[in-house]
Amino acid sequence: MLEFINGDVACAEGAIAAGCRFFGGYPITPSTEIAERMALRLPQVGGAFMQMEDELASIMCVLGASWAGKKAMTATSGPGFSLMQESIGLAAMTETPCVIVDVQRAGPSTGLPTLVAQGDVMQSRFGSHGDYRTIVLAPANAQEMYDLTIRAFNLSERFRTPVIVLSDEVCGHITSGVDLREKVDIENRKKPGSSECLPFKADEDLIPPMAVAGEGYRFHVTGLTHNEKGYPVTSAEVQQALVTRLVDKVEKRKGEIVDAEFFMLDDADMCVIAYGSEAGSAKKAVKMAREKGIKAGLLRPKVLWPLGNFEDYVKDMKKVLVVELNSGQFYSDAKCWNRNTKLLGGYGGELHRPDDILKVMEVF
Amino acid sequence: MVPQEHPLEQLLRSDRMPHIWCPGCGLGTDLGCYLRALSGMDLDKVAFVSGIGCSGRAAGYVAVDSFHVTHGRGIPFAIGLKVANPELTVTVWGGDGDIFAIGGNHFIHAARRNIELNVICINNAIYGMTGGQVAPSTPLRAKTTTTPYGNYEHPFNFSYMAAASGATYVARWTTAHTKELTKSMREALEWKGFSFIEVISMCPTTFGRRNGFADGLEMLKDMKARSEVKNFPDLEDTDIGEKIVVGKFVEKEKRSYLEEVKQWR
Repeated sequence: MLEFINGDVACAEGAIAAGCRFFGGYPITPSTEIAERMALRLPQVGGAFMQMEDELASIMCVLGASWAGKKAMTATSGPGFSLMQESIGLAAMTETPCVIVDVQRAGPSTGLPTLVAQGDVMQSRFGSHGDYRTIVLAPANAQEMYDLTIRAFNLSERFRTPVIVLSDEVCGHITSGVDLREKVDIENRKKPGSSECLPFKADEDLIPPMAVAGEGYRFHVTGLTHNEKGYPVTSAEVQQALVTRLVDKVEKRKGEIVDAEFFMLDDADMCVIAYGSEAGSAKKAVKMAREKGIKAGLLRPKVLWPLGNFEDYVKDMKKVLVVELNSGQFYSDAKCWNRNTKLLGGYGGELHRPDDILKVMEVF
Repeated sequence: MVPQEHPLEQLLRSDRMPHIWCPGCGLGTDLGCYLRALSGMDLDKVAFVSGIGCSGRAAGYVAVDSFHVTHGRGIPFAIGLKVANPELTVTVWGGDGDIFAIGGNHFIHAARRNIELNVICINNAIYGMTGGQVAPSTPLRAKTTTTPYGNYEHPFNFSYMAAASGATYVARWTTAHTKELTKSMREALEWKGFSFIEVISMCPTTFGRRNGFADGLEMLKDMKARSEVKNFPDLEDTDIGEKIVVGKFVEKEKRSYLEEVKQWR
C-alpha cells in the first residue's frame, strides 16, 4: 500500500509493522513526528505510548518494556541522544533488545535544530563509556525509514542489543510515496527452553535466550559485570569473558548485518562513498560525472556499524571520495582502505549539492 | 543441632550471601521487613528494581525478577515494566541520593501520574557507597566528607514532596519500627496507584561515626527516641529535626495511571 508520508511517519509505521508495542519518548525536533504518529497508532494495535519527562526516562522505560517482553522503541535527536548514552550502555551490557532512532540535526549543543547534519556517526558507535558494539543503520530516504526500522527491530531481537536507526533531518522530513508492505518478515528473540535458566549463558551463536519478567524465572539483571547467572562478579576474568562475547556477537556475525548499495561501481575507477540523505546528492553527482566521461560509482553503506569489509570494493580504485556532513567521522575508517582517499565534509545546515560534489570529483 | 531453614530463605538469594552491607547498617532490617511484606504474594509476578548505591544492591538479593539499573533511573525502568505488563507488581527500592538527587525528576513525575509503582526510599541521609558525601537529605550542620565544615544546605522532606507531587499513598517509618514498616509495605504493594514509603535509616560507617554516634545500635535508639507517631499529620510539620514524625501520611482515592489510560481509549 503506497502512502504519501514523511520519513518520520514512515519510521513509526515500520516500527508498528515490526511488532513494536511500546514507545517512550520526549519531543525534540526533527524527530517529533515519530512520537506523534506512535501516540496515534499504538493504542489502535494494543500498544502503549508514553511521553516521558526527559530522554533519560525515555530510554529507561523502553528498556523496562523490553524486559517485560514487548518490542520497544524511542526516537530523538542529538541533544536527547546524548542524554540517552549511559543507558544505551546499560542496554548493551544487559543485552536488552531495543531500537533508538536518532534523527540527526546540526550540533554541537543546540546547534541548528531544524537543519540536517550527520555529526552523530561516532556517537552512535561509541557514545557510551566502556567497550561494546552497537548496530547502526543509515536510511537514505522515507522508504528506508520504513524498511530499515523494521530491520532494526529484527536485528535487535536476533542479537539482543540496542540498534540505532541513524537518520537525519532531511530523511525524517522528506515526504514521498512509501510502500507500507503487505508482508513483512519479523524476528523474535529466543526464549529459554527449560525452567532452569541461566539468563546470561550464551548458545553457540553467542546470544543467550531471553527470559522476561513475570514468567517465573526469577532472574537477576545488572549493569555490573556479571556471570552467566546474571550475578555481579568483581573479576578481570569475568569482565574479559563477558565483554569479549558482547563485542564478538556483533563483530563475528557482521556478515549477517552489513548491507550496502553498489551503484555503477563495476567499471569505475573513482568511488564515491556516501550514506543517509547525503547519498542522494552523491548519486546524482555520480550520474553527472558519468555524462562528463568520469568513470565514477557510488558505495552507499546502509549499515554504518559494525563496519563492513568494503576494502575489497575500494582498494583498487584510483580515487575514493567520502562525502558526509561532518568532519570525517566515517572517512576516518574509510581512508584505511585506499591511500588515495579524500574527504568532502561539512558541518551541516544543508546537504551538499550535486554540482558541488561534481566539482570536487573533476579536480580530484 | 540441625540448622533449620530461615523463614525468609525462599525470598532471598542465599547463594549471594554474605551481602555487602556493613555491620550496623539499617538496610538488612529494612529489606527483612519488605520480604515479610511479600509473603503470600505471587512472587512470579513481582519485579524488584533498584538503581545504584548501597540500597541499590538490594535487587541482587531478592529472589524475584530483579533489575539493577543505572543511577537514578529505577523509576522510569519500572514504569516500562509495569505499563508493558500490568500484571506485574513492581517495587522500586533506592537510597535518598538515587531516588531524590539524580533521580528526583523521575520521582515527581511518577507520583504525578499516580502510576502503579511501589517506591521505597531508604533515607540514611548520606551517600554511603562512595564513602559518605552530603546527600539531599543530610541534616543542616552534619559533617560529611564533602561538608567538612558542616552541611550548609537545607534538606528535602521526601514524604511531603511525594504528597505534593500526587502520590496517593505515603508513609514514613524508621528502621526501629519494623512491625509498622512491614504493614505499610504490604499496603503499598497492594495499593492501586503510586505508593511511597520513606524509611529513616542509619549508616553508622559513613554518617554515624562523623556525627557523634558510636555504632548502628546507638543511631537506632536515637531515631526511635526522636520518633513521634502521627497519622495523617499536617505535612508542613513533618520536616525532620529534633523530632521525626512517622506514620501513615497519605491514603487517598484517585484513579491510577492505568485506569486513566483505559478510561480515555
